[in-house]
Amino acid sequence: MTQRARNWLLLTPATAWFVIMLVLPLSVVLIFSFGERGSGGGYVPAFTLEQYANLPARWAAFKNTMVLAPLGTVAAMLIAYPLAYFLAVRTSRKWKTLLLVLVIVPFWTSILIRSYAWIFILGGRGIPALLEMIGIEGVRLIYTPFAVTIGIIYGYLPLMVFPIFVSLDRLDKRLLEASSDLGARPWATFLQVTLPLSIPGVATGCLLVFILLMGEFLIPALLGGGKVFFVGNALVDLFLQSRNWAYGSAVAVTLIVVMLVSVTLYMRLISRLNTQREDVSLM
Amino acid sequence: MRLYAIFVYLFLYTPIAIIALFSFNAGRHASQLQGFSFKWYGTALSNPFVMDALKTSVVVGLIAAALASLFGTMAAVALQGVRGPVRAVFDMMIYVAVMIPGIVIGIATLIALVTAFDQLNPWLAAIWPYENAPQLSMGKLSLIGAHTMFTMALVIIIVRARLAGMDRALTEASADLYAAPMTTFRRVTLPLIAPAILAGFLLSFTFSFDDFIIAFFVAGSETTLPIYVFSSIRRGVTPEINAIGTMVLAVSLVLLIIAQLILRRSDSR
Repeated sequence: MTQRARNWLLLTPATAWFVIMLVLPLSVVLIFSFGERGSGGGYVPAFTLEQYANLPARWAAFKNTMVLAPLGTVAAMLIAYPLAYFLAVRTSRKWKTLLLVLVIVPFWTSILIRSYAWIFILGGRGIPALLEMIGIEGVRLIYTPFAVTIGIIYGYLPLMVFPIFVSLDRLDKRLLEASSDLGARPWATFLQVTLPLSIPGVATGCLLVFILLMGEFLIPALLGGGKVFFVGNALVDLFLQSRNWAYGSAVAVTLIVVMLVSVTLYMRLISRLNTQREDVSLM
Repeated sequence: MRLYAIFVYLFLYTPIAIIALFSFNAGRHASQLQGFSFKWYGTALSNPFVMDALKTSVVVGLIAAALASLFGTMAAVALQGVRGPVRAVFDMMIYVAVMIPGIVIGIATLIALVTAFDQLNPWLAAIWPYENAPQLSMGKLSLIGAHTMFTMALVIIIVRARLAGMDRALTEASADLYAAPMTTFRRVTLPLIAPAILAGFLLSFTFSFDDFIIAFFVAGSETTLPIYVFSSIRRGVTPEINAIGTMVLAVSLVLLIIAQLILRRSDSR
């Protein structure tokens, strides 16, 4: 058997799987988005832009997503940066790996259980009860945009720390010494050397977190209590409750288009800021 | 600086610790600690719904992780020798699989499979020689299919990174010493990428075991553990959920730390 034939054979199962479980389903969503709703739910073939014309009915979900996703991303970045800096620059080799693993591991554990923990903490018998004990009453935390933002930061912090850490860890420490030898104060060294060199990591972290946040469902569902909802919550509602497949597909396609457009704009902006961008992979 | 780091670690681990703490709470109410007890673990593990959901999650996770590791490794090895458009298309599919939100994958799989099954079932009934032809429907198989698709992309990424870091001279030396390609693969390549495959398997299992959003759409009438937990949370916070949550976190924490150690140890060699 030739090398070529063997490669084809090896690629066959993965290709088939991707085509049947990814390419075909996504194409179906695109096709359905131009269709009509059946009388008992589901889908009736058609070619109409009606579903897209109805998008404004779900404007609130898009607006919440486009406000809270960037806000959560920036908040997570501001909290993650100092930690990544601490791990990369101020931690000894011995502790570095362990401390980094401790940051990454929560990301791969159940986001469901971790968000649930915040229902517990922010709910009536958690922090509000503690505040009542010191005389502050009537504080409501759960089911607010604040709760959703905390959940987002908590859920995605690990994903933000890792790429920033990698870019800071790769940084040639002699540059920092050179800067201080030349009489720069620590702050000046940070602003003029460290920060610019870590921009690729920050950019990658923000991109990863933002992309995942755009499709978030669980955090708003659990911590937003139906008051703060994302596009993901609208999609669950459309497909599992009202069974409006055509309209739901149009919302899903729009979500992906909005995602692609914002990611493209963002990449442009970053490459303008930083011409020698390097990609930092996640694992 | 160090204080700040401690604060962030507390932020990351306090919620997990609180769930674990309250899962050992003897009291009925989730808010007051009333002594230490394992009774909620007993309640959870003797609940037939929980055990069914756990069994489904484990079976689906193991099969999906096994298929993903096998097919993903095959693809990663083959992709080494593939250039041009085939490679570009494949990279694109991996990229799409990882970047498309899970919720969209869930929706897409749901409507595509339900539509396909609606078409196939009458046809299947027509050619079935006996009565009561089997009905295709959403369930364990669609769940395995969707989880395998996503985790296969993860395995390809991990194994490919390992292959890229491998010294080419080793396989060339093996070929120069007249080893057949298959022998080279078995004796040289496979041992070198084995840690990556194992780590990929563990990550895949963890992903499948923890996944809620894809399962929510494609599981049909099956209940996985995350689906059970989600619907219970809707009905209120109970100590039983704390116990289940602690067990789920413990399982994934252990598997993940093993996966990380395997990957890092093999990197430093």
